[in-house]
Amino acid sequence: MTYEIVVLTNMAIAVLFALSLNVITGFCGQVSLGHAAFLGIGAYTSAMLSKAGVPMVITFIPAMGTAALIGLIVGVASLRVRHDFLAITTMGVVFLFTGIVRKQELLGGEIGIAGIPAPDFGRIGLLVTSLLCVLAYLLFTIWIRRSWTGFAFDSISEDEDTATLLGINVPKFKLFAFIVGTSGAGLAGALYAHQVRFIGPDSFGFVESISVLAMVIVGGIGSIWGVILSAAFLSALPQFFQVIDDYKLLVYGLLLFGAMRFAPDGIDGLLRKVSRWRAVK
Amino acid sequence: MLQIRDLCSGYRDITVLRDINLEIEEGETLALVGSNGAGKTTLLMSISGHISPNSGKIILNGTDLASKGPDKRCFLGVGLVPEGRRVFPDLTVFENLVVGGYSRPNKMQAENITRVMDVFPRLSDRQKQLAGSLSGGEQQMLAFGRAMMSNPSLMLVDELSLGLMPSVVDECYEALGKLVKKGIAVILVDQNSDAAMGFCSNSLILETGHQHWYGKSSSAPKVSI
Repeated sequence: MTYEIVVLTNMAIAVLFALSLNVITGFCGQVSLGHAAFLGIGAYTSAMLSKAGVPMVITFIPAMGTAALIGLIVGVASLRVRHDFLAITTMGVVFLFTGIVRKQELLGGEIGIAGIPAPDFGRIGLLVTSLLCVLAYLLFTIWIRRSWTGFAFDSISEDEDTATLLGINVPKFKLFAFIVGTSGAGLAGALYAHQVRFIGPDSFGFVESISVLAMVIVGGIGSIWGVILSAAFLSALPQFFQVIDDYKLLVYGLLLFGAMRFAPDGIDGLLRKVSRWRAVK
Repeated sequence: MLQIRDLCSGYRDITVLRDINLEIEEGETLALVGSNGAGKTTLLMSISGHISPNSGKIILNGTDLASKGPDKRCFLGVGLVPEGRRVFPDLTVFENLVVGGYSRPNKMQAENITRVMDVFPRLSDRQKQLAGSLSGGEQQMLAFGRAMMSNPSLMLVDELSLGLMPSVVDECYEALGKLVKKGIAVILVDQNSDAAMGFCSNSLILETGHQHWYGKSSSAPKVSI
């Protein structure tokens, strides 16, 4: 039973992490190749506070806040770049993060932080907390999608220049997307730190950034339900098939290639096609 | 309503427009005429706030627009129909209209959409259709409608007839006429200068960034572009 709980918690954390990237890349169209850095910022903040005796749930707030603050700084720095330049800039963030963490003894350096306290309410409690966090974040993203902000994100994602011509405050919405997305990643990081109870710089590198991007692309960029399905599936798969974990990069790379080549709208697009096909029949 | 005084504007170090002066009142129409590179779009972009003028004043309803960004100018009543229509092809007609109403409160959305549908009834049947699947004329109407969503008192129309069939151009002018009747002032740029000057009460002729002539369209000199 414990194993299933661990797998489900991992799935919930992955879903939250992927949903947070979906706000930046899916909703607002800003490609980010450095999202794992914000997972790391949340994880390190939460882990250090937790070790200092702060209750786990309370550490969620500073974890989200720190990630959002750094996200805001990265967002401001990224306002002048777009497309591939933005991707390269955000990629730099993840290298910067791991580079800094490796050299800071305070953050455990290369070794990382071990002995993160277990949640008071046990593994089931952590699973329930993770699911509640996913639910809260999910409801928030659905609200964004349906609100005026969602329309503004759509317009920016489609054609940033035209959105500006219509008087939409593009920088404001981009920064909002960065804050919402990175705070979500920070929350996922806080949960992750208490799930694994040991974190190191390698857990938040470029590979993790690409992995979460693969989850978003395979699910369907911008699709909430597609991303949930994809993140849950892709995070659970290696737990059941060890061989996939050994060749994780290869599998994710193939999935990314396959999705971009054959199903650019991801699982969401495929499901829509199937439902249209069935309606026609 | 709109006064422009000694406006000089351009892109970074390059000055495109020099000493532009004009005035337009509610419900008036002004054709901007000139050859390619004369500065017509630069003038529209300066009014809408997408280019910061080097010097001079742009005053709308008594408010100096100098320190106002495009979003604030939109809120103050400047609507823009950009060159090439630039609708969002993967959004529906309804969603395009909603995006156009950014500067207005949500509660005005339904009222504004009804107003757009009254002027462009053809769009009402296509609300759920993707904008990219509309014909060129319908996209131009959608671009007008999208600009109307912000309740503008001044509408800037860039290259109205670009890439449209003559019959569709007539429809667009007819639609523009309806907006003028509602009291919206229009500054119009069109490659067909005769049509633009025929439609607008006033004209401003630009020549390499200079104001060559400004006055009633009926007394404008013959322009060869």
